[in-house]
Amino acid sequence: MIRWDRGWRLGIRVACAAIVALLFVFPIYWLAAISIKTPEEIYAFPPVWIPSEIHFSSYVTLFRDGDAWSVWNSLITAGVSTVLAMVIGTIAAYSIVRFRTGGDHLAIWIISQRMIPPICVAFPIFLLYVSWQLVDTYLGLILLYTAFNVPYVTWMMRGYIQEIPLELEQSALVDGLTRWAVLRRVVMPMARAGLFATAVFTFIFAWNDFLFALILTKSEVVTYTVKVTGYFGSQSTFWSKIGAMSMLGVLPMIIVVGTMQRFIVRGMSMGAVKG
Amino acid sequence: MPELKLESINKFYSAVHAVKDVSLDVPAGEFVVLVGPSGCGKSTLLRAIAGLEDISDGEITLGDRSISRLAPRDRNIAMVFQSYALYPFLNVFENIAFGLRARKMSQPDIDKQVKWAAELLDINDYLERFPRELSGGQRQRVAIGRAIVRDADLYLFDEPLSNLDAKLRDGMREEIKRLHGQLGKTFIYVTHDQIEAMTLAERIILLRDGMIEQAGPPLDLFERPKNTYVAGFLGSPPMNFIDVTVRDETLILPDNQTLKINRNGKSGLAAGEQKYVWGVRPEHFSQSSKKTGSLRASLEVIQPTGSRSYGTFYLEGNHVLAELEAHIGEQNTREVTLEVAIERTVFFDKSTGEAIT
Repeated sequence: MIRWDRGWRLGIRVACAAIVALLFVFPIYWLAAISIKTPEEIYAFPPVWIPSEIHFSSYVTLFRDGDAWSVWNSLITAGVSTVLAMVIGTIAAYSIVRFRTGGDHLAIWIISQRMIPPICVAFPIFLLYVSWQLVDTYLGLILLYTAFNVPYVTWMMRGYIQEIPLELEQSALVDGLTRWAVLRRVVMPMARAGLFATAVFTFIFAWNDFLFALILTKSEVVTYTVKVTGYFGSQSTFWSKIGAMSMLGVLPMIIVVGTMQRFIVRGMSMGAVKG
Repeated sequence: MPELKLESINKFYSAVHAVKDVSLDVPAGEFVVLVGPSGCGKSTLLRAIAGLEDISDGEITLGDRSISRLAPRDRNIAMVFQSYALYPFLNVFENIAFGLRARKMSQPDIDKQVKWAAELLDINDYLERFPRELSGGQRQRVAIGRAIVRDADLYLFDEPLSNLDAKLRDGMREEIKRLHGQLGKTFIYVTHDQIEAMTLAERIILLRDGMIEQAGPPLDLFERPKNTYVAGFLGSPPMNFIDVTVRDETLILPDNQTLKINRNGKSGLAAGEQKYVWGVRPEHFSQSSKKTGSLRASLEVIQPTGSRSYGTFYLEGNHVLAELEAHIGEQNTREVTLEVAIERTVFFDKSTGEAIT
């Protein structure tokens, strides 16, 4: 009787997990399927669940037309802004934690910047960028993403740095390191899980941005999120291109999250305790 | 190896005056222990020497260098922390080598130095392990190794044994003392444990409320305490304080028993009749068969420790602990006659608590 009970419970648990997994994985699968289907299969009803043939023609088109370049633009803007935000935010967080820079409330003030709905500042930023001639430049997007991500990085890293025992740093100072060297050789290795987890989320924020990329780019540095929307037309919608471009956009994320998974889990549970 | 000099050191934490005008000379090679209850300023003083705390006022010199305003790394001081402060992401070898790498020592020299320290501390077998794979005692050895591997002018120890269990602590204490003998370097050691202070120090600096209460060789402080505070702090079990009256050559106990005293050794005692606090250490008592000149007591509690037994009795409300022979608890009666080595006891002024010499 008890065995039965356990069997049932396990069954229900597995079923729930399967449903949740399906909910998350299916859209990605569907995008991947669309990107390699023929137009007939894309529009077929009932839907073709598994493509009968694999066609890479939409990928070829994206690369031939230069549209795939937008993924590179996303990589550059998200990547560089992540590195910048991590460096600036980590140093700021260290300063707030160890030197009590800005007293008790600076950290709250900084994170409150992150709470502003982006649309509220979109128009002023556009005007500013026009006058600074930053529209449609890498620098423009990188600066913006960095500015938006520094508060998040500062807040998260503050939590991780607070957990590092002070004596480890003091011991290093006595042993002969400068403050900068302590930051690099003690604090960073100690907060490694937190650093990676924060970097991944920072990258995702920038990678997924649509609003600013739409407003602040024209042709030179259009990111993939903006490019995808260009395939929706009033006359026709290029589903296979949308699928292919989305797959190109999803792929770096899967690689990043896949390789950093253990840090993300550890980093999230670390930071969640203290804030 | 240079001498350390502290001149009129003051440290304020906003309104709190944590270290008050402390001056201290530590000759090269000495083992000095700063001891006192928590909050007495001993750790603050040590951290000020290391450069981890700024001093509000005063001067610290090491040899002919003033180090008060130098960054910790420029003071050439090594320090062992209470929490060991080992880097969890480095193995034992790299933990010990950390300070040497920071000072850009060459790899062959690092190998040589680490090997030397590891042999001295008997941690050769763990060099490849990570701190999490070590026991508390082994971690403490690594922490000490990290300090001694450097050729520093001064070695600071901030309560290094307080995280260890009692048995391990005894062993490590002995090792630290041996290490000091072998290295011949200047050690400054902070502890709240008076046994550590007594056993390790060549000189004890007893602090109270940020000030030096008394400084000197351990047995000096133990046998000739300046006041009741010092007398009560050193010694385990602590000194008994009994309210007594001295009339001429007679010492009158609270329950009116009397003992004969010799005023020759206690010239500070006032003539005529005077009340004092009498400081008697448990080991000043011994069982006696004499009927006169001794003290009768009824033991209420007997605590055998194996080698000796501690007997508790009361003299009109004064709790007194006497160290007696181990089997005292096996005799038929709890009534004992005790002799007191009065010449070793100390009299204190009743109002100021200062010792009468």
